[in-house]
Amino acid sequence: MAEVAAIKTAAEQALTAAYEGARGRLPGTGTVAALRADAFKRFDAQGLPHRRVEEWKYTDLRKLMANAYPLAAAPDAAAKARAKSVATAFDTLDCRRLVFVDGVFVAELSDLSPEPGLTIGTMADALAKGDALVAGHVGKTFATEDVAVALNTALMGDGAVIKVAAGIELKRPIHLVFVAGDATPNACFIRSLIVVEDGAKAAIAESHEGGSAQVNCALELAIGDGAEVDYFKVTRTGGLHIASLLLTAGAKSRFDTFALTYDAALVRNQSFIRFAGEGAKGGMRGVNLQRGKEHVDNTLLIEHAAGHCDSREQFKAVLDDQSHSVFQGKIVVKPHAQTTDSKMMTRALLLSDEAEADNKPELEIFADDVVCGHGATAGALDPGLKFYLMSRGIDAQQAEALLIQAFIGETVEEVTHEGFRDALMTAAVQWLEGRAR
Amino acid sequence: MPLLEIKNLHVEVEDKKILNGLNLTVEKGQVAAIMGPNGSGKSTLSYVLAGKDNYTVTEGEILLDGESILEMAPDERAAKGVFLAFQYPVEVPGVATMTFLRTALNAQRKLRGEPEYSTPDFLKLVREKSGELGVSQEHLRRAVNVGFSGGEKKRNEILQMAILQPRLAVLDETDSGLDIDALKIVSDGVNRLRSPERSMIVITHYQRLLDYIVPDVVHVMAKGRVVRTGGKELALELEANGYAQYTDEAA
Repeated sequence: MAEVAAIKTAAEQALTAAYEGARGRLPGTGTVAALRADAFKRFDAQGLPHRRVEEWKYTDLRKLMANAYPLAAAPDAAAKARAKSVATAFDTLDCRRLVFVDGVFVAELSDLSPEPGLTIGTMADALAKGDALVAGHVGKTFATEDVAVALNTALMGDGAVIKVAAGIELKRPIHLVFVAGDATPNACFIRSLIVVEDGAKAAIAESHEGGSAQVNCALELAIGDGAEVDYFKVTRTGGLHIASLLLTAGAKSRFDTFALTYDAALVRNQSFIRFAGEGAKGGMRGVNLQRGKEHVDNTLLIEHAAGHCDSREQFKAVLDDQSHSVFQGKIVVKPHAQTTDSKMMTRALLLSDEAEADNKPELEIFADDVVCGHGATAGALDPGLKFYLMSRGIDAQQAEALLIQAFIGETVEEVTHEGFRDALMTAAVQWLEGRAR
Repeated sequence: MPLLEIKNLHVEVEDKKILNGLNLTVEKGQVAAIMGPNGSGKSTLSYVLAGKDNYTVTEGEILLDGESILEMAPDERAAKGVFLAFQYPVEVPGVATMTFLRTALNAQRKLRGEPEYSTPDFLKLVREKSGELGVSQEHLRRAVNVGFSGGEKKRNEILQMAILQPRLAVLDETDSGLDIDALKIVSDGVNRLRSPERSMIVITHYQRLLDYIVPDVVHVMAKGRVVRTGGKELALELEANGYAQYTDEAA
């Protein structure tokens, strides 16, 4: 009997070939290899996500991904040299830099000076050695059927493995810097794990800079009871970038995430967030600055699985030319998650008639004592405001820049870490100045 | 040469004719009141002077120091010294009043080829002017007009005027929405700015404002043009008799 199989696209065939060709040398055996095989099976059955998959409706990967590049080789001296000169938005801050070139950790560009309570390793090592921390967490922080996450699991190469021990407050933020070193387009599958144990405090930043690579990165972030985490992600790349944040928050923990995306061709930031312990507070925010034909998608799935938790979500997009932004935010409140307080807001500022913003907030509430709300707006700059500023002597471009700055400033100002707040605003203002030129 | 000369001005808004051959001359140092019934075109005149979009001048001229300003963008007019105190000042969320004042002042100075204000000089200027108008430091830190009461917004307009030091100030119904105490504060602020170098156009429905800001000349507008000009006693006459004779006459 003939089996009916969907016709595979060139990219899907290339991804299958990449997995088949690499499975023998990808790090990890035994349970890790089984995890990969299982994940690959999911991709093989479903293919790349497309517009009929609800979560990917506005970012049709099957259509947008014409081909899949070969897996990146380990960076050579020239690639490392190129990577060294790459500037990031957080260079002015005193951070511990951990540098990855083409998805591979480069020790000589990184700061591995010891700090009590902090353990740093690489995912490739941890997978190969069957590290207990990784075995205990990878694939378990937030179980999802998502195909992009499955592809990451099947092909994960390297990434950071970080543990902040219970009660430790990190002295400096950790800055994970991902840069493209290879001049020819390649693909990287980066998997990181960060475990912030009970009562610990950490600030973590992640920069993705430059290149035209196809990057699929996933970060599992496990936040212990009473721990506090600030997480910032800046994405600026000419390639295809899919990032999955898989986060679980313990009781009475506090976390804030912020994603700034600009000068980026095609980005999907998807966050899977679980409030696992009672009384946790979390903020998820982001700003996209887009022009040309850039496509940026921020998709959130927030699961309130425990009671008395607060979450705040605020995402803004500034859209010029024919750019396209997507925001999807789904808040799920489980039956026992009483007194959940969740507010989600998304706003798009359209600077051009041809720009497109798709905003889709969703609430799924199974508890009866909750405060949940969402809002979405899309509009142009208010001509009345612009005239008011101009009537005071401010020229048209500066008036627009001031109003756009105010629009995104409302979200950036929510960042409590002063250094990162300033650095994010500076990056945004530079983009605006570049626009005026 | 008069500071402002408007000759035979015809203006349309969305194909509707609002100003219909308006003539008006304002001398240097003069305070001219413009009074008139609703719909006579007073606010349109103020927007046309400031250069708002969608106000199409189909005929006529506006000359500032003998130079036409019709082709100038609003910011260029501001740099030339035109200032409009809005009837309904807009709220600008996210832009702190201090940042706004400083950006505006330095933008104007830059357009005029003057040096920008240093931070200490600017702060000193703002402290002095805000003190005179009773505008608190707290208000200066807040976003422009956001959450301000009607009176606070009007006071903020006069503060901007005091800092920007225009040569032609147009006050569009600055008295509307003010209680008597706020009216006094705002009028005192305006009177402090009277100078032989500065002209003002004070647009109002009511004579009451002109008790505080005493005009040199009063113009009556009806149906898109100036229909009568007189001294300050003309305002009292209008208060007593109303505008009926002008609307009928023009019709």
